[in-house]
Formats: sequence, structure tokens, C-alpha cells
Amino acid sequence: MTETPTRRTALHLRHRALNARMTEFHGWDMPLYYSSILEEHKAVREALGLFDISHMGQVLVSGRDAVATLDALMTSDFTQVGLNRACYTLMLNEQGGIVDDLIVYRIGESEFLVIVNCGNRESDVAWLCAHSTGQTEITDISQGRSILAVQGPRASRILESFLDAKVAGLARFGIAPIRTMGPEACIARTGYTGSDGFELFVPDNHAQKLWDAILSESRSSGGLPIGLGARDTLRVEAGLRLYGTDMNDATTPYEVGLGWTVAIHKTDFIGKAALVRQQAQGLTRKFVGFELAQGPVPRQGCELSVDGRRVGVVTSGTYSLMLQKPLGMGYIEPTLAVSGTKLSLTVRNQRYEATVVKLPFWQPAGAKSKLSVNAKQLGAEKTHE
Amino acid sequence: MKIPAELLYTKSHEWVRRESAEVLVGITEHAQQELRDVVFAELPAVGRVVAQGEAVAVVESVKAAFDIYAPVSGRITRANVALTKTPQLINQDCYGAGWMFAINPSVTDEFAALLSPSDYGKQLETQAH
Repeated sequence: MTETPTRRTALHLRHRALNARMTEFHGWDMPLYYSSILEEHKAVREALGLFDISHMGQVLVSGRDAVATLDALMTSDFTQVGLNRACYTLMLNEQGGIVDDLIVYRIGESEFLVIVNCGNRESDVAWLCAHSTGQTEITDISQGRSILAVQGPRASRILESFLDAKVAGLARFGIAPIRTMGPEACIARTGYTGSDGFELFVPDNHAQKLWDAILSESRSSGGLPIGLGARDTLRVEAGLRLYGTDMNDATTPYEVGLGWTVAIHKTDFIGKAALVRQQAQGLTRKFVGFELAQGPVPRQGCELSVDGRRVGVVTSGTYSLMLQKPLGMGYIEPTLAVSGTKLSLTVRNQRYEATVVKLPFWQPAGAKSKLSVNAKQLGAEKTHE
Repeated sequence: MKIPAELLYTKSHEWVRRESAEVLVGITEHAQQELRDVVFAELPAVGRVVAQGEAVAVVESVKAAFDIYAPVSGRITRANVALTKTPQLINQDCYGAGWMFAINPSVTDEFAALLSPSDYGKQLETQAH
């Protein structure tokens, strides 16, 4: 008997030493939780959480025509992405279906760091290579590099205490080099939790020291290592979609409520024609969030109905620690995709009342005003439900 | 691992407390530790007739839902409604306030199929290796 070898990150021994419950995730042996998903969730919301997300792929797109390549392959307008700034964007196929969702960091005038979902790493690199234009180099630099996410309200203070980068001054979606850790080591104010936080892209030989330092610095103020379990509950609470779960290559940006990432006026990009067509024809389904007053956790595949008629399906769900109720996301008929609509959620042949609510379900106090300003700058309000 | 001596057990990690006319059922310390963050419990309707080994209740943690099986055949006489509001009782006190339901047994010799505390302890040890 041979077992399929699972990939391990440079922090594997740390997870073992911390007694993590491990799980297989897209071929990687990753921590599911260390103590408890809810405890870890709470640490991120109230203090600090440290994640090993080295399974995510890191791809460098560089060269004279790097901007042109990204503009042709992704939905955002990269001429508008400033140096040391990040952009959440989508890569589409000709049918307008989402090939992947990505964060693209402009780390040089014609140099971009692209973070891809680990399940899509090989196919994304192949896609990028197949469709790149002019003088563009696509390099998968994942090997030998780690990513640590440090998320939560205490993240900036803890990191400031031992990084020379001016962490607290880094703007949301900004990125800066960490010069002490090698040529391509960076820190960015991004994350996948809905809380303030940072992601650190460092060579493997710095990962363990950094991990240990962040944990020991933050333990006394409530910091915890966080597994993939809480990573999922945090992102659902923040209304963040997960590729492969909430969207795939048969879902368009408009259907999944990510129309705000689409610069539809760009000359051309893969999938544009299909999106223009869909805008003219209208949607047949729309992605929404819903909540239950109490009851079971909505799981992927659960049916949503109105008066006994099937109107949609759940793609993600969780129990929200911050809101103390079950939350779900999924697709329903567009006419019902309005806050306050009452739906029936079927779980194990029983029906529970669910109410459509605005996404995100939860955001940090004070974040609302900032977010709406950003959304206006991006011209996002029209398409983002 | 707490395995109270006065209880009987199932292979699927339920415990059984024999009282006069009924048996109380819950999940063991091992099961609640495996589940971790319990956020929902679905209980059987009082009066429902159940067969030994039948899935009659559900405990949900953040990550997944788990069936709870009737350790003996009989009629459901009570369900722990406190779990509706506070399912975390299963984590906090699985052998006490976190009990799930009670059955009035219809077949007395089914108890022979249940595990003694020492047999259940042995099963956990075997699982761990």
C-alpha cells in the first residue's frame, strides 16, 4: 500500500508541537484547529491570530508588458493600481466563469506578486502562461517561501514591536518590503478574516523564527495560532466568498456579487463579452447572505425555498460567534435577493426560517464608514449587493 | 478521560444511565472532546418509538453534524430542552446537564449488548493506537 504523499509547509513541526488537529487540504497537511475553532475565532476578533497559509500559491508576473497581461487576464484595471498597493481581482474564462479569485500586489513598476488559491496553483500558472502577452514572465515562486497571516485588532502593535517596517502606518491593501528577510520578503495589510491584519511573505528559513516570535510576543495579550477551521468561520462571518465553494468556473462575477471587481470599460479582457451579454440579459441567480434566529448550521447543498418552492441552494454556512446565530450564503432567484426576504432553509428534512441580510454579516466597529468610501471610489455600489 | 463507573456505553460513544422506568442518554467525554464546539442539538420528539441503533438525534459542531443513536429500543419519554438554548452544555457537562434524551426501554435484554466502563475504556485505547 502506498499513501498519497501530502505536502508540508515549513511550519509543519510547529503545528505538531502545538498538538494541532491536522487535516488534508488540497493535498496539503494543514492544521484544522489547535484548541477549538470558536476559541481561535474569538482570538482573531478580540486580540490576535497567527495563521500558516503557506499552502497558498505565490506567482510573480513581471516584465515590460506585465500590466498589459494582467489587464487582459483579470477583471480589474491594473493601470489604476499604484506601486505598493494590492488589488482583489478575478480571472475569468471566455464564458465569464471565474477561473480563480486572487490578490495582486504591485511590488514594482512592472512586477506583481499574485496570490492564488492552493487548489488552483498549477492550473492558474498554466492559464497565465498560455494567455500572457508581449514581454511578460510568469514565475511560480511558491517553493521555499512561506506566508504567515497575523490578524486581529492587536496585530499591528505586536508586529511593530519587532519588525522594522512601519507596520502601523501601512494602509489597508498596502504592501512594503521587509528588508531584513531577503529580497522578496514583504508585509501587506491584507487578510481573509474581516478583521484588521497583515500577511507576511517570507523565505522558509525565516518562517519558524517569525512564527515563534509572533506567538511568544502575543500570548500574554490573547494571541493564538489559528487553523483552517476558524479561517473558514471567520471568512463566512465577514461575507467573504471561497473559491470552489461559493464560486467556480461556471459562476460569473455578477452572480456571486463581485461585480465591483470588474472594470467593464477596459478595452478587452477574457470573459468581457460574456459579461456584457449577461448584463444585457439579466441574472438568473444571485449570491446572498442569510441568517437564522437559531437552529442548525446551514451546510453546502441545503435547499432554500419559499412557500414550498425551491428558490436556491446554500454554498457556505457557519455558526457565528460574534452574532451568536447560524449564518449562510448561497444563490437564490434575483427577485428574492433583497434584505428582509424570508426563506425556508431545509436541514435533514426540517424547515427553518431564514432571513436575507446584507453582506458582510459582521465587520469591525468603525469599519463601515471606511468601507463605503472605498466602495464609492471603486464605483462598486451599483453591482455589489 | 472521564468514564463514570455507574454508566453503560455504546461503541458509538453514547452513555446510558439506568433509572427506574427510563434510561437517560448522552454523549461521552471522548465524543464531546472530538466534536469540540457544539453549536446545535436536534432532539427526538417525545413519544417517538425508536429501535436500538437508530439515529434519533443530531449534535452539530462548527464543522460538521453527527448522528446520535438510540442505545436501546423503546419510547422517548423526555428530551433535554435546555440544549435548544444552550447546546454548549454538552461540552461543559456531558454526563450531567448535557444529557440528551430519555427512553422507556421496551426490550430488557438489549442492555447485554452495551459496553461496561472498562470495555468502553479499552475501546478508546484501541482507537488511539
